[in-house]
Amino acid sequence: MQTMDSRTAKELILAGFWYVILSIFALTLALPLVWLLSTSLKTGGQTFLMPPKWIPEPVVWTNYSDAFKAVAFHEYFWNTIRIVIFATTGALLTASLAAFAFARLRFPFREPLFLLVLSTIMLPSIVTLIPTFIVFRTLGWIDTFLPLIVPLWFGGGAFNIFLFRQFFMTIPLELDEAARIDGASNFRIYWGVILPLSKPVLATIAVFAFIHNWNDFFEPLIYLQSPENWTMAIGLRGFQGLYHTEWNLMMAASTAMIAPLLVLFFFAQRYFVSGIQMSGLAGR
Amino acid sequence: MFAHRRNRRASLLWSEARDGYLFILPWILGFIIFTAGPMLASLYISFTRWEIVTPSVWVGGAQYVKLFNDDRFWLSLYNTSYYVFVGVPLHLFFALLAALAVNMNLRGIHFFRTAYYVPSLTPVVANSILWVWIFHPEWGLANAFLEWIGLEGLYWLQDPRLAKPALIVMSFWSIGGQMVILLAGLKGIPMELYEAAAIDGANWWSRFWRVTLPLLTPALFFNLIIAIIGAFQVFTQAYIMTEGGPNYSTLFYLLYLFRAAFENFRMGYASAMAWVLFIIVLTFTALQFMLSDRWVFYEGDVRR
Repeated sequence: MQTMDSRTAKELILAGFWYVILSIFALTLALPLVWLLSTSLKTGGQTFLMPPKWIPEPVVWTNYSDAFKAVAFHEYFWNTIRIVIFATTGALLTASLAAFAFARLRFPFREPLFLLVLSTIMLPSIVTLIPTFIVFRTLGWIDTFLPLIVPLWFGGGAFNIFLFRQFFMTIPLELDEAARIDGASNFRIYWGVILPLSKPVLATIAVFAFIHNWNDFFEPLIYLQSPENWTMAIGLRGFQGLYHTEWNLMMAASTAMIAPLLVLFFFAQRYFVSGIQMSGLAGR
Repeated sequence: MFAHRRNRRASLLWSEARDGYLFILPWILGFIIFTAGPMLASLYISFTRWEIVTPSVWVGGAQYVKLFNDDRFWLSLYNTSYYVFVGVPLHLFFALLAALAVNMNLRGIHFFRTAYYVPSLTPVVANSILWVWIFHPEWGLANAFLEWIGLEGLYWLQDPRLAKPALIVMSFWSIGGQMVILLAGLKGIPMELYEAAAIDGANWWSRFWRVTLPLLTPALFFNLIIAIIGAFQVFTQAYIMTEGGPNYSTLFYLLYLFRAAFENFRMGYASAMAWVLFIIVLTFTALQFMLSDRWVFYEGDVRR
């Protein structure tokens, strides 16, 4: 009995030690975000204090409305949402269709073609950038959303095909065969049997596509020129160009860009987790 | 009757193959239009001189000769290599530490997982603007911390010797993305192996070296490849935070390429740069796959 007690005591101390380490680490990682939020609510004068004050006094909520008045963030927001919706729809449809074929249909050269899909994940996108830009320029698509949307209707990204295929492989093949005996076409099986069972992976990929489009900087920088077409990422960069000394306003604008992602994360946590677990499978 | 059935079977197989190709057709078209075609086109453009508005002129390997004689090209390659070969291993090491930490069986560990993951969600643009402020020499958080522990403040982004390390330090903030992939790898290690090791009397350290690490190598390998390919294309931080300075110390490869293509419209030169980077990345990836036989351990290996 005594040995039991001393063992639990030892375990408790060890657990306490780990909580301290974990908390120090968590605090270190949280500091930049706290600093961001704190600066975003300060007066201009208070941002220039050393050592810095963590609690703003007074709390200036108007920094946010000032930032939104200065630049048309609401327009950037809707532009981004529009790109996300059209790009994600294309990615979900064409990637799942291709993944369905790779996972559940037999056709010649299926394995080598799938290897080709996988190998494009490792292709640095820069090597295709310039000709792609020139094609879009020739088509007159520069300064439209099309370069950011149309490519996703052609396969929807190799990694998404991979994720869909991983998921489809876990669904029993007997379902397809039963539907086939009932006379269902392959498309019918994809649309009526497999997709309804795949809501988790659809949600996961939609969430990741949203984040990708929300965060993407390089492509919108190249393709979107006039301010009324900017996305959030480009708009924030434009804001920085105009207000680079007004740190409180810049932090308010940055917070406005980060906050929707955090909200999405807290509502869709389980899709993040499943997506990560599936992409973790890539290492196997 | 058998012949009839065989015909039916053949037609089923044929329709399956037809639909298979039909369903991957968007991807095949995309591969041709947005990947293979542009790759070949950029190879061709790299052998020309072309400023978009003027007709292109075939110049053979002249762009490559110019490239290899361009000091700034070598500097950008050096800066990028520094970021890749100093930054990526450290980043992966910290991600591994974090993954091991949040894999512990403690109450409330879920909270810490979330806390470590969240910073990696922040958009790189917002991130970059935030960290310019953190690195601000007079009013920034980084120097406030250094002064608090009694050290001198640093000119993080204004000192050519410090700018690259500063960007690497900043990258540690988002180890969460790699951490969760490694965590999934850790979760995939069968408990029986630990139990067997415990019966053999293995302590924590030897369990880590003999069970955890070998079985985690596939996830480490995957992370390493993706991280290296990504780090070779580092752009936004330098574009927003330092504009390639001070004194070109953060002129990364992609930033230099971007300027050549979209600010100076030297499409031939930029395409040559793109192909050189492609070959470098391809070589490294191939090299890693070759070396992976030595250190990456796949579970299937046991059964063979």
